[in-house]
Amino acid sequence: MKWLLRAAVAAAIVGALWGLSYVLHEHVIEYVVRIAMLCGMNIILAVGLNLINGTTGQFSIGHAGFMAVGAYTTAYVCTQLAPEVAGVLGTGFLPDAVVFNVGLIAGAALAAATGVVVGVPSLRLKGDYLAIVTLGFGEIIRLLLTNAEFLGGATGFSGDNPTGLSPYTNVFWVFLWVVIVIVVIRNVTFSQTGRSLEAISEDEIAAEAMGTPTTRLKVVAFTLSAAAAGIAGGLFAHLQGSVRPDDFKFDRSIDMIVMIIVGGLGSITGAVIGGIFVGVTLELMRDLSEYRLVLYSLLLVIIMLVRPQGVLGKRELSFSRLFPKKAAKPARAAGDEKP
Amino acid sequence: MSIIRLERVEKIFGGLRAIGGVSFEVAPKQIFGLIGPNGAGKTTIFNVVTGVYQPDGGKVVFDGTDISGWSPARVAARGIARTFQNIRLFRAMTVRENVIVAGHKIHRANMLDAVLRNGRFDADERAFTDKADELLEIMGLRELADEEASSLPYGSQRRLEIARALMLEPKVLLLDEPAAGMNSSEADKLEDQIRFLRDELSLTIVLVEHNMSVVMSVCERIHVVDHGETIAEGPPSVVKADPKVLAAYLGEETPEAAIADLRAVHAAATSSPESSS
Repeated sequence: MKWLLRAAVAAAIVGALWGLSYVLHEHVIEYVVRIAMLCGMNIILAVGLNLINGTTGQFSIGHAGFMAVGAYTTAYVCTQLAPEVAGVLGTGFLPDAVVFNVGLIAGAALAAATGVVVGVPSLRLKGDYLAIVTLGFGEIIRLLLTNAEFLGGATGFSGDNPTGLSPYTNVFWVFLWVVIVIVVIRNVTFSQTGRSLEAISEDEIAAEAMGTPTTRLKVVAFTLSAAAAGIAGGLFAHLQGSVRPDDFKFDRSIDMIVMIIVGGLGSITGAVIGGIFVGVTLELMRDLSEYRLVLYSLLLVIIMLVRPQGVLGKRELSFSRLFPKKAAKPARAAGDEKP
Repeated sequence: MSIIRLERVEKIFGGLRAIGGVSFEVAPKQIFGLIGPNGAGKTTIFNVVTGVYQPDGGKVVFDGTDISGWSPARVAARGIARTFQNIRLFRAMTVRENVIVAGHKIHRANMLDAVLRNGRFDADERAFTDKADELLEIMGLRELADEEASSLPYGSQRRLEIARALMLEPKVLLLDEPAAGMNSSEADKLEDQIRFLRDELSLTIVLVEHNMSVVMSVCERIHVVDHGETIAEGPPSVVKADPKVLAAYLGEETPEAAIADLRAVHAAATSSPESSS
């Protein structure tokens, strides 16, 4: 019964997204639709980054690197895979969907694997080592890509087609992945894993004394967060039509940090708000080009002075706060069920 | 047969011998006191036993296994739980969540179960809540289960640390100054709770405490350390009359502390000549 209900909800969400996608792409100017899609990617990035920076309290400042890994992997896999799949399934929606999602999952997987490689040595230590290591990692990835000839070097990678990468990215896929990422990360956050991650961020020594496998959980959180960045990267690649190393400079990592700090470190809904905020303001400040960094810095200073916990702090904005449900606060709801 | 045995355990910080070859044995279901003046090395002994520090010599044997050098998480999983002298709660989490974090013995669902929110996850959450509430009931914190841990008064925070440690379902509980910051009625209640844990949950309890009336009334055996060395061991009646113990307490740097400690020892000696009922 529970699963039937869930299937129905899932179907309804897919249907709604399909409808939304159709309406936006057909009846709204492309510029606005594009901003909406960029906001969606920001949400994925912010919700993912929040798991490690907010919930676990381990600061990563090189997440653009994972986004780059995801973007290049997705672009490369899709380019290689498209002719093969076209040979079997022909052309149309289905083969495109298969190619794109396989590409996205491959991007997420490679970003996650990179996350393990970066995370294991730096997360074994207590302290801010992750920040230093990820800062270096982001730059290393960018320089590697700049020098990788088979990926186009500094001019970037745009597949074999003169028109660039196939424009797979649309509102439907972006927001379907937004929903998937939010649901997965929310369910992890509100579980024993999430409680343990929060415990690590509160007091690592106490968490360890209570039997929490701290290193393993930190790596898990970091890996999940890298995978989310990888998906956002893949979506971004097929929206742009090409990927260049310069798309993943340090400012992009800073943008992500602004998103989660604005929304409130440790809050998923806060990350969503922050993602949309940065997506919209980036567009509004487009004419200011480099000066936007000054404005962001100013904004960060103001937030730190006025509301250091961000818009929502650690709290979540949720329906379950208004209508208590079992899933949102399992620990409490389960207690109420006792006879 | 002892459940915890320290064999000539040493810990050196730079040039300082924090513990210099301390040995003692704790019998199963015993309430064992570890006392000594400030800086004697009591907390360091706890930290060596629980794996926070690696010993520089000697070994720690728990239930027949040499656990010296194990990681804190491994020691905890094996059955030694502890509380902290300088309360280390997860301050922004609720009282119940604090306890649930230590629920590894109950935890069955993996991360995929959590993502899918399947039956195994629901069963886990129910078991977590039931067990946590049961432990909070024992420690008298059931009504505060949904409060934020940092909002609790000091004494309740100490009891919450005990409840959290119990969630590990340990065999041995190390309590680091559990009565610190408690008033005398809270301390009396704590004594009952400690006895309850031993009697009803069959726990072995090792206690570091400066509140002498608590130590003398609740402990069955007391080990006294000073400057990292053992100076006495025995039942409370013997230890409190030991001249070396009195000298250690009198020989403190600040006369006020020495007098206060002496008064406490004296008061305990006159008020309860025999510890166990």
